[in-house]
Amino acid sequence: MENETMLEQKVIVFQLKDEEFAVPVKQVGSIERLMKITRVPQTADFVKGVVNLRGVVTPIIDLRVRFGIEATDYNESTRIIIVSLDDMEVGLIVDAANDVIDIPVNVIEPAPEVVGAVDVDYIEGVAKLENRLLILLDLQKVLTTEEMKELKTVEG
Amino acid sequence: MDTAQYMDVFIDESTEHLEVLYKKLLDLEKNPNEKSIIDEIFRAAHTLKGMSATMGFQDIANLTHKLENIFDGIRYEKIAVNPNMIDTLFETVDSLNAMVENISNGSNGAREVGPISAKLEAIENGDSLPPAVATTEVEEQVISSNLQTIPSLDEFELSILNESSERGFSNYEITVTLREDCLLKGARVFMVFEVLEKIGEVIRSEPSVSDLEEENFDVSFSLILVSEQPEAEIKEKILKVSEIEQVSINHFSVAKFIENKQQKETVPAVEQSELKQVEKEKQTGKATNSTSKTIRVNIDRLDVLMNLFEELVIDRGRLEQIAGELQHHDLQETVERMSRVSGNLQNIILTMRMVPIDQVFSRFPRMIRNLARELQKDIELEIIGADTELDRTVIDEIGDPLVHLLRNAIDHGIETPQVRREKGKPEQGTIKLEAYHSGNHVFIEISDDGAGINKEKVLSKALTNGIITESEIDTLTDQQIYELIMSSGFSTAEKISDISGRGVGLDVVKNTIESLGGSISIDSSLNEGSIFSIQLPLTLSIISVLLVELDNEKYAIPLSSIIETAIMHKDQILSAHNKHVIDFRGEVVPLAYLKDIFSVLDSSQNNSDYVSVVIVKKGDKMAGLVVDSFIGQQEVVLKSLGNYLTNAFAISGATILGDGEVALIIDSNALIK
Repeated sequence: MENETMLEQKVIVFQLKDEEFAVPVKQVGSIERLMKITRVPQTADFVKGVVNLRGVVTPIIDLRVRFGIEATDYNESTRIIIVSLDDMEVGLIVDAANDVIDIPVNVIEPAPEVVGAVDVDYIEGVAKLENRLLILLDLQKVLTTEEMKELKTVEG
Repeated sequence: MDTAQYMDVFIDESTEHLEVLYKKLLDLEKNPNEKSIIDEIFRAAHTLKGMSATMGFQDIANLTHKLENIFDGIRYEKIAVNPNMIDTLFETVDSLNAMVENISNGSNGAREVGPISAKLEAIENGDSLPPAVATTEVEEQVISSNLQTIPSLDEFELSILNESSERGFSNYEITVTLREDCLLKGARVFMVFEVLEKIGEVIRSEPSVSDLEEENFDVSFSLILVSEQPEAEIKEKILKVSEIEQVSINHFSVAKFIENKQQKETVPAVEQSELKQVEKEKQTGKATNSTSKTIRVNIDRLDVLMNLFEELVIDRGRLEQIAGELQHHDLQETVERMSRVSGNLQNIILTMRMVPIDQVFSRFPRMIRNLARELQKDIELEIIGADTELDRTVIDEIGDPLVHLLRNAIDHGIETPQVRREKGKPEQGTIKLEAYHSGNHVFIEISDDGAGINKEKVLSKALTNGIITESEIDTLTDQQIYELIMSSGFSTAEKISDISGRGVGLDVVKNTIESLGGSISIDSSLNEGSIFSIQLPLTLSIISVLLVELDNEKYAIPLSSIIETAIMHKDQILSAHNKHVIDFRGEVVPLAYLKDIFSVLDSSQNNSDYVSVVIVKKGDKMAGLVVDSFIGQQEVVLKSLGNYLTNAFAISGATILGDGEVALIIDSNALIK
């Protein structure tokens, strides 16, 4: 950890509207094409439902809805990124999954607080590469939201 | 010796033996003179000792050795069983248990056993019948008049023995048992002889010296030694030779030997056969407990088997669907046969995973004994149906809730002997733990003859904690009132024992049981006791469901909760208090429109005059679930929604249908209020 300049982080880059996001490749199980989603009633609006991922029932959330970006219809480039965190496995619907890249850890900056509109806790940092800006996501925060907690307390 | 590969076996078997010890000690407490119990304890301790010594766990070996000595003493009536002793024995087994656990966690099983082994020694030496006299008696008994293993002596040998005893030497009959895995038996024998020649004279050996050198013997041999040295010292010296399992020394007097010569003609024969029997039992080990042939299978493998079978069930569903579409006669026939075979296979796999609930129950007698002592109550635990079998997954989960309920019954249910006397009940309280099968379910009932639940107190408590409102009180049945104690937020107060006790985290118990697909109900009458009854599904993974359609979404309703399906005309739906109800065989059943509950977008305008209703039950309550259409019955594999969606309302899980689509499984219990 001390030797930061040498460290690189391998991330998967995906697109939502016109922004590029990144999640560490270690947390990604697979990238899937869109498949038939079974709706689960009475859940948060960004939870699209569950899919049959090779025999495992996996919940799917729509990242656009989760991040408050206006929803669009799914198309050919829509992908589901299966991420695993702790003991959860969740699929994230994204507009497109572009590539896998190594980013040097030292170009990652903490989320800029001045960007008033982006007052969210799920951004871990921002990586500036030559001509692109990647938003690194804190999956933990993406997956545990106030809404979810509320849901749990109401029903639990 | 590399023992790592045997570690798992060692841990498994030690746990088993410890369990036997616990159980038999409890039995012993009740029937202190029962020979078979003592024998079994002795055997368990002995085996445990052998195993732990082989594995190099000295502390366990030492402790079990002491235990073994005591039971040897009890066997030969040198030591009498008394309650204090039982306590110490339990303590010993507790420490052994702790050590084995320690080993299974990867440590070396070392533990401070000083105090406990001192206590054991005290029992072994002093606590026998008349304390002071006994020891000398024992001494005398040790000088026996019989030879145990050596059949006879000739005149010459006798005269030597006679002579030596006159000169103040002692005659010993020594039996040395080598370890079974001993490789160089001849060499060990030689070493033993060498040791003995230094301290005395070997008069005779059985088998003969030449046979011993040729290794023509099993694992033990006997010899007669004349020596000045005390018994213990000789034993110690022999034990210094490695790979020796056991040395037993029989100090005998020649004079008595000759006296008893006539009798002896027959006696040794009997004794020998007895000895052989013991030996045999040692070899067959556990086989004496159960005669049916079993093998040990790692539970992980069974889980893998189960998972593979689950996939097969999914594919079977798919095949059935394809065959149905193709209308090909031969294909359909084959698929049908395959379905039958896999149905049988499913039964076998499921029963393979079944474990008797005894696994959970067996630890309760001791727990109750301890708790009762702590609380100074006199409690008898009655266990019925311990052989009832349940799926392993359920067994793993059900332990804690049961402990909770039992503790509750002991702590708050059963009164102290005093109070019980005042109430005119027998001083000894009884807790009954009963398990039995019924249909596709297993029932576990915990009943006590204690104080029961005080309704008024429960109600006032529920009011203060805001679980119910004043207006609701009148509508509650007794059962509903009792069940209040299991609602979350009920036991927030600092002292719960006021309201006839119950309440401590009972909501947790309820949640666990419900998460297993089961339910719990309470019945009670004041001062007569309470019954907590738990209903659990036999298995968790494969269930029969009715598939129904809501618009174009498919849902599955477990058959176990369905009473009947019906198609009703719209005119038959009545209105009561703004609720839709139907008259179902004379009973008023409320309707639940699943489409509304699950907010299914109603795309197709349903103009039919008929509605499809699934009548479901929860306990003795019913509800009618209104669906668009029935698809049919199917065996499905229950899958969880994952850890992310843990609290989807009225959905207990999901399943994968033949076409690969996911269908949600409805938890009808949540829909019935």
